[in-house]
Amino acid sequence: MSILMRRRNFVLGSGALMLGACTKMQQSEAGRSVFDRVDDWQMGLQRALTPRDALVREYAPEDISPSFRGNGSTNPQNDGYPQHAANDFANWRFTVGGLVARPLEFTLDQIMLLPQRTQITRHDCVEGWSAIGQWTGPQLSTFLDLAQVSEAAKYIVFRCADDYTRGRYYESIDMNDAFHPQTIIAHRLNGEPLPIKNGAPLRARVERQLGYKHAKYLTGVEAVASLDGIGLGKGGYWEDYGGYQWYAGV
Amino acid sequence: MSAQEPARHKISTRIWHWVNLIAIVVLFMSGLNISNAHPYLYWGEWGFSPDQAWLAVPRFPGWMTIPDYYSLAKARDWHLLMTFPLAFGLLGMWIAMLVNGHFRRDLTTTKCEWSWPAIRHEIAAHARFDFSQHGGKYNFLQKLSYGGVLGILLPGMILTGLAISPGMEPTLWWLVDILGGRQSARSIHFLFAWGLAGFFVIHVALVLLTGPIGHLRAMIVGGTHEPTNPPFARPDDSKGDAA
Repeated sequence: MSILMRRRNFVLGSGALMLGACTKMQQSEAGRSVFDRVDDWQMGLQRALTPRDALVREYAPEDISPSFRGNGSTNPQNDGYPQHAANDFANWRFTVGGLVARPLEFTLDQIMLLPQRTQITRHDCVEGWSAIGQWTGPQLSTFLDLAQVSEAAKYIVFRCADDYTRGRYYESIDMNDAFHPQTIIAHRLNGEPLPIKNGAPLRARVERQLGYKHAKYLTGVEAVASLDGIGLGKGGYWEDYGGYQWYAGV
Repeated sequence: MSAQEPARHKISTRIWHWVNLIAIVVLFMSGLNISNAHPYLYWGEWGFSPDQAWLAVPRFPGWMTIPDYYSLAKARDWHLLMTFPLAFGLLGMWIAMLVNGHFRRDLTTTKCEWSWPAIRHEIAAHARFDFSQHGGKYNFLQKLSYGGVLGILLPGMILTGLAISPGMEPTLWWLVDILGGRQSARSIHFLFAWGLAGFFVIHVALVLLTGPIGHLRAMIVGGTHEPTNPPFARPDDSKGDAA
């Protein structure tokens, strides 16, 4: 066998080796940290190219899709949620806690009295599909300002009512997204109270990220300095159990 | 290859070729895994159920995907990782091609190449497996396909990939518009990926038909500037079995 043959086999062999190594690398600590860094690079690059408060496109009413798909939890059955639903969420409470000077608790009626934002935006699921809907609710920044969120807070954790297949759903975003003008706590979809499949009575809209960041069935938000002690520490249900990227802008 | 003779492929071309190969193979195979998450394609801005789809994509088996079982999260890890060598590699290759003259010298077509008799002649020659280059480094069909990959398909993958990213929406909403909406951009992303796969198959087949060892050597260590003609010529026949 010639040197050239060996070289060619080396090229082909290293290709096969590379593909085989993919699975190995994915499971190793070093491999994981490479992928975590990729998530940071994607976020860094996207944010470098995008002004901090730049808005996503808002559509005209005629662009709204004929229905809005529900995904993930679409009808929670745990911890009294069905009773809340049967009662039109009259006793639902939304808390603002963690690293804030004034912890707050809101009824739905009180939330309606806050300044509202209505936006027609496109929802992009990590699976690939999209739907367009009109959302109404106060900006998350309104709650954080009322509660006087601390300088030490680096993340906002969304607390949810639904147990999904492996535990309680939760999500988190950093302060950049928390104070974005289009990040709202929505209670209406297309002018109607939020349907159960879309997160009644309250859900987050984090318009510059994929759907799994838009936590549904919200019971509150919590300002934290680190995600370490929360859930399994990766910043969300899917991040903890499914290996999804914490930054979901791509 | 003597030291004075220029290499058939410049070092920038060779490095980019192999880096890009790794990137597009991993991107394609992880992309097929991502496709399995929601195997329906739509036109326009939105689409979320099979009855709205213009194409129900077949489910891709494990041997075609990275990882070799269904995992949207892990496939996205690989996909997002390889966007960097793809995008920055292509940017570097374009800068190198424009600076070192490779683009102008070898890839730009001439007006007379675009005449129908000339094109027909080229196609007929290809059908006879006659791949002579008429003095230039690449023949007309090669220029078209390499130019199409470097100028349309690869940049198209990057632009459609950016357009389907919600984080880029505030900056690139106009690009989403040009592409006809987010779901159209996703459909084009899928079609272009298969366009690249088609190029890959033809490219490898033609390399195999025209002296794979010489081509591989040229793309790895530089090679001589002599084109490997006539067809089926195997400059290294004496050295090994080139099947």
